Parts: sequence; C-alpha cells; structure tokens
Amino acid sequence: MAVLANSASEGGRAEKPILSREPNRFAAALREAAFTGLVSFGLFLPLIGFETVTNIRDELILRTRWPLLAAFVFIAAGGRFFYSFALAPWLARRAQKPVKPAAAWRGHFKKWFVPFAIGFVIAYPVIVILVTGWGGALKWIDNFGIQILIYMMLGWGLNIVVGLAGLLDLGYVAFYAVGAYSYALLAKNFGLSFWVLLPLAGILSSFWGILLGFPVLRLRGDYLAIVTLAFGEIIRLIIINWTALTNGYAGIISIPRPSFFGIPFNANDNGFAARFGLEFSPLYRVIFLYYIILALGLLTCFVTVRLRRLPVGRAWEALREDQIACRSLGINTTNTKLTAFAMGAMFAGFAGSFFAAREAFISPESFTFIESATVLSIVVLGGMGSQIGVAIAAIVMIGGTEILRQLNFLKEIFGATFDPTQYRMLLFGLALVLIMIWRPRGLIATREPSVFLKKRKAISVDLVQEGRG
Amino acid sequence: MEYFVQQLINGITLGSIYGLIAIGYTMVFGIIGMVNFAHGDVFMVSAFIALITFLILTAWLGISSIVLALAIVLIVAMLFTSLVNWVIERVAYRPLRGSFRLAPLISAIGMSIFLSNFVQVTQGPRNKSIPPMVSGEFVLANHNNFPVTLSYKQLIIWGLTAVLLLAFWYLVAKTPLGRAQRACEQDQKMAALLGIDVDRTISMTFIIAAALAAVAGTMYLMYYGVVTFSDGFVPGVKAFTAAVLGGIGSLPGAVVGGLIIGLIETLWSAYFSIDYKDVAAFSILAITLIFLPQGLFGRPDVEKV
Amino acid sequence: MAREGSPVLRVEHLTMRFGGLVAVDDLSFEVQSGAITALIGPNGAGKTTVFNCITGFYKPTEGRIALRRGAPAVWSALEGLTDSGKRGLVRPDGALFLLERMPDYLVAQQARVARTFQNIRLFSGMTVLENLLVAQHNPLMLASGYTLLGILGFPSYASAERAALDKARSWLDRFGLIDRADDPAGELPYGAQRRLEVARAMCTDPVLLCLDEPAAGLNPRESAELNEILLRICDECDISILLIEHDMSVVMNISDHIVVLDYGVKIAGGAPDEVRNDAKVIAAYLGVADEEVAQVEASVGL
Repeated sequence: MAVLANSASEGGRAEKPILSREPNRFAAALREAAFTGLVSFGLFLPLIGFETVTNIRDELILRTRWPLLAAFVFIAAGGRFFYSFALAPWLARRAQKPVKPAAAWRGHFKKWFVPFAIGFVIAYPVIVILVTGWGGALKWIDNFGIQILIYMMLGWGLNIVVGLAGLLDLGYVAFYAVGAYSYALLAKNFGLSFWVLLPLAGILSSFWGILLGFPVLRLRGDYLAIVTLAFGEIIRLIIINWTALTNGYAGIISIPRPSFFGIPFNANDNGFAARFGLEFSPLYRVIFLYYIILALGLLTCFVTVRLRRLPVGRAWEALREDQIACRSLGINTTNTKLTAFAMGAMFAGFAGSFFAAREAFISPESFTFIESATVLSIVVLGGMGSQIGVAIAAIVMIGGTEILRQLNFLKEIFGATFDPTQYRMLLFGLALVLIMIWRPRGLIATREPSVFLKKRKAISVDLVQEGRG
Repeated sequence: MEYFVQQLINGITLGSIYGLIAIGYTMVFGIIGMVNFAHGDVFMVSAFIALITFLILTAWLGISSIVLALAIVLIVAMLFTSLVNWVIERVAYRPLRGSFRLAPLISAIGMSIFLSNFVQVTQGPRNKSIPPMVSGEFVLANHNNFPVTLSYKQLIIWGLTAVLLLAFWYLVAKTPLGRAQRACEQDQKMAALLGIDVDRTISMTFIIAAALAAVAGTMYLMYYGVVTFSDGFVPGVKAFTAAVLGGIGSLPGAVVGGLIIGLIETLWSAYFSIDYKDVAAFSILAITLIFLPQGLFGRPDVEKV
Repeated sequence: MAREGSPVLRVEHLTMRFGGLVAVDDLSFEVQSGAITALIGPNGAGKTTVFNCITGFYKPTEGRIALRRGAPAVWSALEGLTDSGKRGLVRPDGALFLLERMPDYLVAQQARVARTFQNIRLFSGMTVLENLLVAQHNPLMLASGYTLLGILGFPSYASAERAALDKARSWLDRFGLIDRADDPAGELPYGAQRRLEVARAMCTDPVLLCLDEPAAGLNPRESAELNEILLRICDECDISILLIEHDMSVVMNISDHIVVLDYGVKIAGGAPDEVRNDAKVIAAYLGVADEEVAQVEASVGL
C-alpha cells in the first residue's frame, strides 16, 4: 500500500507538485501509525493484556483483557496517525510564520496581574461561599485553597534553594516533616500554642537545614541532590522507627489546632461560633486556617522578593551563575549556601507546623519522597526563580490533581467501579513528563533583574545558569 | 561464625541484584549525565512482566520443566523491559537532551511516578505472590545444629550475575557498540562528528540497562516470590546508592558497590536492628559522598579555575 | 614609567606540585606598588597556577606570598607574622597578609586582591549592573546588617545601596559600558565582557588587581583601549596590577616590570627592554637549534 502510494506520487510530481505530496504524507503517516501500533502492542501486552488476580483459593491467576489492549493500541496508533498526518504539518506551518510582537495588553496584564491575584486570593473564601453556598464551600476552601497554598508556600521556600541559589535539593520534605513533628510534639507534650510554636518550628527546621547543610554543601550538582535525598529518607525512616517519640507509622493524633486569639473553633459555649453569636459550622475554622496559610504564603513571597534585592539574594543568584567568580569577589560561598538552605528550611518548617495544625494528625506517610518531588516539580515547572511561575505551577499541579478527586460524574460514564482518584498520581506523573517536554525551562522563561539604572529589561532564561550546587 | 557465613551468602545474593540495577544507573549517568529516577520502576515493571510470563507458562501452557520456564521468563522479561525502556527514552528523555539539566530529572521523576501508578492501576495494589519457583539447597556446613545453606536460587543468582557481567564487560570493552558508548561518554558532539550515531548508541544503552534490570527483576521475583507496584523505589534508590558508592560512571564500581550495599544491609539487619537497615544504607551513601565524592572507582570531579 | 615604590606583593620560594608534576618551582618575585607587573611565558609555563596560588584558589606546596596594604613600614613585621602562624595583621598604619594561609574568598575580602579569569567568568544571567553590585557584596552585606536591617527596610541600607550604584555607574562610565548597564552580561560582545570583568574586579576596591590574559580574544583596537584604561586606573587609583598576557604589544607597552616563567621556573625578570633582549627568554619562546640545547640548558641552569 505504501509502495503504491509512493509510486503514484512519483509519477504525479511533475504536473501537480502540491497535491502529489498528499498521498505520500498519508502513506508515511500510516506507516508511522502502524509502527507505533506495533510498539504499543508490545508495550501494553504484558501489563494491560493480562491481569493478575487472586482467586478464591488465594492463588494468583491470570485474566485477559484483549478489548482493553486493543483499545490502547488503537488509541496509540490513531494518535500517532493524527499527529503525523495533521498535527505535525500544522505545527511546522505555524513555526514558519513570523512571531507576532507582544501585544500591548500584555504590559497592562503584567502590571495588574499581581494586585488582582492578591485581591482574588483574599476574597476567595467569600467568592466560594457566594458561588457554592454554605454547604459546598468547605471542600473548595479546604481541598483547593489551603492545599494549593501549602504547596505554593513550599514551592516559594524551595525556590530560594533551587531557583535562586541553584542548589538541587531532593530532600526538602525533611524540613517540612521537622516543622510538622516539632509542632505536634511540642504542642501535645507542653501545651504550647500555635503562635508560639510556629516561629519555633521554623527555627528548628532551619537549624536542621544548617546541620544537614554543613557537611553536604561542598558537594556539587547531582551529588548534592542525592545526599539531600538520602537525608530526606533518613529523617523519614527515623520518624518511622523511633516509635517512642513519634509513634511510628501510626502517627500522632489529636494535635491541638490553632485558636482565634484563644477562642477555640468548636461547638461548645465558649467556641468561636457561640461567642460571636453565630451558628456552629466547621467552615469558620477552615476559613481561619485559609487566612493563616495565606498570610504565611504571602510572607514567604514578600520576604523572598525583598531578599532578592538585598546583597544576600544577589549573592545567591551569583552563586547559581558562577561560584568561582563569587569566591574571587570575596563572597563566602559556604555561608551563602547555608543561608539559602536555612531560609528554605525555615519556610518549610512554617508550612509543616501549619500542616500539622490543620490536619490534627500526622504520620510518616505525608513526608515521602513524592512530596519533595512534587514541590521540586512546582519550582522547575514555574520557571526557576520566578515567584509568579511557582504560584501558577502550584495551582496547575495541585489544583489539577485535586480536581480529579471531584470528577465523580465519570462514574456515570465508566460505571460505578470506576474511581477517578486512582488515576490522580498516574496523571500527575504523566503531566510532569509532558510539561517538561513542552516547556523545559518552565512557564516563566524570563528573569527579572533585581536592580536597574534606566529600564528594567527581562532577561531570557537561556542566559541564566541553572547552578551546579 | 556459621551465622556470619550464612549472612554473607544472603548479602552477596542481595548485592548481586542491586549490582545489576546499579549498572543501569551508572551507564545512563555515564552517557547522558542524568540520574534516571525511573530505573527502579523499570526494574519493578520487569518483575511484573516476569510474573505474568511465569503464570502464562505454568498455569496456561503447563510447562513443568522449571529450567525451561525460568529461561523463557528471563528472555521474555528482558525483551519486553528493553522495549519499555526504549520507549521511555524516546518519549520522555530524548526531547530534553541538551536542554536544561533539571528538565530530564523532573521528567524521570514523572516517569517513575507514572510507572508505579500505571502498574498499580492495571494490576491492582495488592502484593502478588507466587509459589516458589526453585526450591532446594546445599548444606555447606552444619555445626552446632546451625546449617549454613546455599539455596539453588541463590546459586542461580550468583551464576547468572557472573555470566551476565562477563558478557556485559565483553560488550563494553570489545565491541564497536561499547566503543561508541565510551566515545559518547567522553564527548557526544565529537563522537557524532566522527560518524557515531549518538541517538542509537544512547538507545542501546537504555536497552542494555533495561535488560540487566529485567534480569534483576526476574531474580527478585524468584528469590522473594512476591512483588508489588511500589517495589521499585527502595531497591532503585539502594542500587543508585551502590552506583554512587562504586563511583558513578564506573561499571565495576557499580557491581562492587551493589555487593557492599547488599552486605551492609544484610549484616546490619542480622547484627543490629532490622528497623534501621535502610537508614544504614542511606547513611553509607551520605558518608561516602561527603568523604569520597568520586566513589571507590570513580574519577574525581576536579573544579577547574 | 617611573611608578616604582616599595613592593606590595612579595612571592618567595613559591612551589606548587600536582602529584608528581611541578607546576611552579621555587619562584620568587615582587610586585611594586603602583606599578604594572607582567607575568609571561609559553603555554603551560605555570602562570595561571601562580595566579591561583596568589588568589587562594590553590594552596601552594611551599613558599610565602605576602601582601602589604598601607605604609611600607609594615614589611618589618613580616618575619614576626610568619612565625606567629596567623594569617595577617592589621596595624593603624597598614596591614600585612600571608595569602598562602587564606582561603580564596578571604584573599579577596580582607587582603583585597581582585582577579579576572582566562575564560571570562561573568554572572551571565544577571545584568551588567547586578554584576557590579555582587562585587560590592561585603560592604553592602555589612550595611544591610547581615540582611536583618535590609529586610526591615532600614534607611542605612538604602543609602549604602545608592552609594554602591554610584560607584558601579562611575566604573561603567570609565569602561564605556554605561549604555549596556541593564543588559544581561551574557549578551555583551566579547570585548565588552572582558572589560566588564575588569570593572567588576575594580568594584571590590582592590590593592592588587590580577588580570589573567585580559587582552585575549580582543582585536588590536580593543586591546589598545584596554591598555589605556589599565594605565589610567593604575595612575588614578592607588593600585598595583599583576597581569598574565601573551599579547606582547600589551606587555611591552604598559608593564614596568616583567617576570618570565618557563616550565614553572623563573628564567628572567626586569624591565621590558632587558627582558626583550634576554637570550633565555628568546630561546624559551622561539626554541633553539639542537646543537645549542646543551649550551642553553647550561645557561638556564638545568
């Protein structure tokens, strides 16, 4: 078939040069689709074609899923055909078109985006209540608002270490865990309040940051990444195994929650709702927590933006660009790296103690490597060093995976046994790969200079180094 | 003493498995300078492919010769896992080659998350256990009623690892493919200018890495008789530790590192506490890197002023 | 060219071995205050190694590298300082530092030795202006109260930053880079990058400026401009320059004193005219006929 199409086009080329390419392309696309189909058949045959199930006698038996396998192969081949035949030529045509200059609205957009965004997040609980009503608001404020803000804050914190100082840290979750366990243990054992423990947890975390950072910061690049990963795992394993202190896998339960200037959020007579003459609802506490994490997040962002304009922040970025040059200019690189590490760890500690206070329950399950990977991917996806990029990436990644929890209507399409939450992490992993291919340098691919004489010009990220630790 | 010898035997067996996975890390790092985070999950996928092949052979086709079954399982697992890793490289890493260093790392992390969840979704989250494939053992010594045994499966693992390492060493040291690989490790641009197909060489590296991981996966399944979707991460990280300990980029280093990690883990569990065996492995990693960043056999990374 | 004073830098018996390789062998020379000293020699002679030893990037195997700031009288304290085991001493009239005992960043921060690199090392993703502000890190850090006052917005930091900007502006003016101040350093043409690296080093207020091949890759016109700038900053600022250079037009035109290295050994030293006519130097650069080897070796002392 392919041969036929080829010879036909060879013959027709002289008269109709444009049309003659069509069957050729069709045949080529078909060939590629067939190849893709073959590869995907091999790829999916073992794991989709067969299913291992345990039967009634507790033996492992196989079941086949030929229709599903056929569907996968068909989708892969069809997708490839569509790409080769329609999408790739269209993309090639589009790439040839001259790039349009940035529209004027972009300037206005940039100017108004940040105030608008801050206004929106402040008004968010009110908007949610107005839209979904009193009953449905809880999930949108808690699962979306608070969850995204926690990761946004973690992203901003890690951004100091990875994005500004160029130190690849794969064990960031360790400091989050230190913050959470510090709060949980001190609050339960000594009855200290959230507001006392929040700074204390931050200090403890940054102390750990310095302690772990000191031996490892002379390592470079991937070695630093691996040692930080090892430290992250060590801290998690210690939490698991030191059951006398941490209660191991079972975790710590009934951690005290923050109160509103000493007024607890409960249904009692001295609770928040009763004191203010309102009807009791768990929503008050959630809204209160939302504003706490919002304040913490904005604090992180504000401090980072300020630090970038201070000598220490410039030294971080210079470190990312060229460490040897830094040393030749009299910058103590070890101390500079340690401050970045400690600062990042401190914000993780704040976030961790907030997390413990919000959940009232923590266990080692919440501090796995996946968390570090998620936060790191938010930083890289946002565009290293960009505060707005990190915020957008946190909304996309965390909001996106949270939305999968809400897609219950899919059950009506795929049947009652279909559970969309199962696919949450699957799609998360896939999204990481696809987004990296789409934008390897992140969503915001420019760097804003920290100071200027005449005009602030954004710097293309191609010139910015990524740091070698 | 008997106890120690027994632990030594167990440790070398575990170390062989780590060593085979570690070669995959070290080769990929050597050639494209990237920590292939998904490699541990490729190992786990290979164990599942081996499991399914084994079930087809025994339950459906009724093959009773265990040697034949094991040989077929091994070959099928190697083939399919190679295909998986080939596709992963094509789809997730090749488009990112030459760009920003963190992008392929994130892509690999994404792939790792994807693979483990893909297996969880398609095969279910429960442990998959099979009846023992190989049973029987040699009793090497029997003092004070404490027999030191070397089981057949341990022997298979040792023998297979040794044979594969020889074959693999021959491949890298003596064949044009190995030469091309070493050239690409040194300088990809120059290798390309000299007519080496860099893309193909890198693809082959991923295929070989996957084939060795598949052997490790099959043996893991045979040895422990159970596998689950989350079994990729911890052996993966430990194998990576082994690669780093041996000196990343060094092939003998990966094997020696694997054996050391296997022995440390086994001996630590035997003499100290099984709870902290992973802490021991990770601490070794951290300590090695801090005091001997180039590992046992690696080249030192000199900072040029 | 009579900018001779007392020495600002004394290198004595400097030896640097890498394993079995002797990169620098028993080298002694001085850099006179306010003068331009050139370090020349064929490729691989060990010039950059000497630089790395002076600026603290390498720890020399043997030898003493002493730097003076302030009054020449502080040299009298040199032996006492060496015996005390300390890195340096600061007196009201001046200071003395033993560079071989100091880590690289302290050489720059306390002894005030600035340097440039053979393969330019700019912060390419930061603007030209930012590069110059990073160079003023230590004074600015102090003014920002080690970040604490800065983050709270104390006015003392704001004024210090204004002063730093003024200083950066004045150096950009001198090096003809003021129009590119807000451009990323990585986007500048090669010659401008070389100039920026020198300007950045000058922002650290150095006593001694070490330039590693500042004219490499420059065209004759750019190279002549650089000569002029170097002579001017040497005259206007209280500074001494030590430079490595292959471009003989630069070396012969601006240096007051030349040290010639070959295989890590000093084979000549003196004013440009003396060095130009030195038989050993000519032999090292041009090579000699086979029959003359023994003779030349004897005269070099091998």
